[in-house]
Amino acid sequence: MPIDLTKIKPGASGTVVSLQGGRGFTLRLTNLGIRPGVKITKLNAHFWRGPITVRLGRANLALGFGMASKIMVELDTKNE
Amino acid sequence: MSEARKRIIQKILLMGNPNVGKSAVFSRLTGARVVISNYPGTTVEFMQGYMKLGEQRPVVIDVPGVYSLEPTSRAEEVAIEMLDQGDVIINVVDATNLERNLYLTLQLLQRQIPVIVALNMWDDTRHKGITIDVKKLEQIFGVPVVTTCGLTGEGIKQLVERLPQAHAPKKAPCSAQKCWDEIGIIIAQVQKLTHRHHTWLERLEDLSIQPLGGLVLAAAVVFLSFSLIRFLGEGLINNFFNPFFENIWLPLLYRFSAVLGGKGLLHYVLIGESINGQIDFGVAFGLLTTGLYVPLAMVLPYIFSFYLVLGLWEDLGYLPRFAVLTDNLMHRIGLHGYAVIPMILGLGCNVPGALATRLLEGRREKFIAATLMAVAIPCMAQIAMIVGLVGARGGQYLGIVFGTLFLLLVFKGILLNKLLKGRSPEILTEIPPYRLPQVRAVCKKLSLRVVGFLKEALPYVLLGILFVNILQALKIIDALAAVFSPVLQNIWGLPKEAISALIVGFLRKDVAIGMLGPLELSTKQLVIGSTILAVYFPCIATFTVLLKELGPKDMLKSAVLMLITAVIVGGLLNLILPF
Ligand SMILES: Nc1nc2c(ncn2[C@@H]2O[C@H](COP(=O)(O)OP(=O)(O)OP(=O)(O)O)[C@@H](O)[C@H]2O)c(=O)[nH]1
Repeated sequence: MPIDLTKIKPGASGTVVSLQGGRGFTLRLTNLGIRPGVKITKLNAHFWRGPITVRLGRANLALGFGMASKIMVELDTKNE
Repeated sequence: MSEARKRIIQKILLMGNPNVGKSAVFSRLTGARVVISNYPGTTVEFMQGYMKLGEQRPVVIDVPGVYSLEPTSRAEEVAIEMLDQGDVIINVVDATNLERNLYLTLQLLQRQIPVIVALNMWDDTRHKGITIDVKKLEQIFGVPVVTTCGLTGEGIKQLVERLPQAHAPKKAPCSAQKCWDEIGIIIAQVQKLTHRHHTWLERLEDLSIQPLGGLVLAAAVVFLSFSLIRFLGEGLINNFFNPFFENIWLPLLYRFSAVLGGKGLLHYVLIGESINGQIDFGVAFGLLTTGLYVPLAMVLPYIFSFYLVLGLWEDLGYLPRFAVLTDNLMHRIGLHGYAVIPMILGLGCNVPGALATRLLEGRREKFIAATLMAVAIPCMAQIAMIVGLVGARGGQYLGIVFGTLFLLLVFKGILLNKLLKGRSPEILTEIPPYRLPQVRAVCKKLSLRVVGFLKEALPYVLLGILFVNILQALKIIDALAAVFSPVLQNIWGLPKEAISALIVGFLRKDVAIGMLGPLELSTKQLVIGSTILAVYFPCIATFTVLLKELGPKDMLKSAVLMLITAVIVGGLLNLILPF
């Protein structure tokens, strides 16, 4: 079952399955490498619905809580 | 190929994702000195320079970074529009982040314009355990691929040599999904990753964006930075600049003063007012006395130490991390974390700070960021003068001035956030890896900025001083003082002569604060005067940039807000300060 990025634990990884947003949103994320099919690891979640930091390949990214909640991830089995 | 040789290359564009080293390559190609920092969005202006290419001297343009040719912001739109003007594109690619970078490369290869790929950060691939088959990549793309290192200049020669081989394979366009699939296949063919252990720098990377540990570290970074800036600034003043001015320059001035006969118009303009034959650098207000002392002995040491410290954090790559950590707080004032970067740059000088508001997405954020900066972020020249003048009365008074400005930042931010329609967008940024600052690169950037300050500041400071002297001589100051005395005296509790400082403040804030010196103000008046000078209006250089960035309508709104704020804040301080 895919869940959104805000709901997974820091340190867990999975595969992005879909982006639940409009064209502009999808484009901005895709540009930074967040798109269906890529492996993603959640690094941290900051307090009070603050930004989420993730690792994609060798790159680290930060994105807002709202954006993270629109990214659906299928967790790797070893995390479960 | 012979056909390619004959083609005349007049305009070369450097294009690539943000923070891949375009500016570093640009500076290597052209010899031009530009600011290079480790965070996405350092280059917000188009930089131009000329390079040598055989007999020709084509122009090279450093285009602000974009991730793809589909713009997601106005700034990217402008960058992409440049594309049609170039004869050749050097596509700068971060070799340690190949997959993401290749999306733009594929899109560029679909255009009519010749492309050559610079595989930059090549030095970094080794210790990151990345191997790339360059020959294979070249075959696949059908354009030259050259490995480069913008830091050391390795590979730049080959890049220049092979520039004439750039060509346009005019690949068939692909949908986003198809392009990414294609990239996946290319990566599988050319790139090998070997596993290796985390370096200590990477451990530090992880620590510095942890919610709790990161905040503690950020507080330490801020504290350490300000302590270091103060320590270095004061050290330079006390051990070098002051002794120089007192022991070497002053005796020369006395002799010169005697040559001029100790009075007269020329003496007044050059040396200024001497009291009982004594010259006081803070009071005289001649071009050769205060005109040099303020920018060189009071401000320059702080500019130097500020930019030294800032440069180290910039090159390390700390700024984007700081942005992530402050994101929460920045949302309260209608901005997101990345807006902290223009603010920090504004502490050095509001001009680059105002330019950097281009990093922000929309009109609302730009307006909030620019207004807050103009009102509540004093530049280093101003800070240095306040530290010099107000600090001499006691450290607690510095606390009042800067504390007031900080509260103003917070309150005005909250207010603007409430009043303006819309919400602050969310942060979305890459966090670059830490890179150890290189001594040479840090020195180069520092000298660029210090020279920039001298070139910008000295003429304006001298002009400002000349300007007041003329106004004073023509008695215009007295007339203005009479007009504005109700506000000055009744609301702010300042003597009406302070009007001259407010006038000069339009030109240079540092001189303006310096002008409070000879007025023999009480400590309370000095505190109020310094605060008002920081708040009421930006200096002309900042104003010009803001006008361009915001447009006349928003600038007018912003300016009205500043003036109102100055009246209220000055009045409040006058009411509540107990001393
Ligand atoms: N190790 C290494 N670092 C590099 C190289 N080239 C540039 N850098 C560093 O990478 C960072 C980014 O360089 P810039 O030249 O500012 O990058 P840019 O692409 O112009 O960035 P934006 O202006 O943000 O679009 C700086 O800290 C440089 O010192 C390189 O070849 N190797």
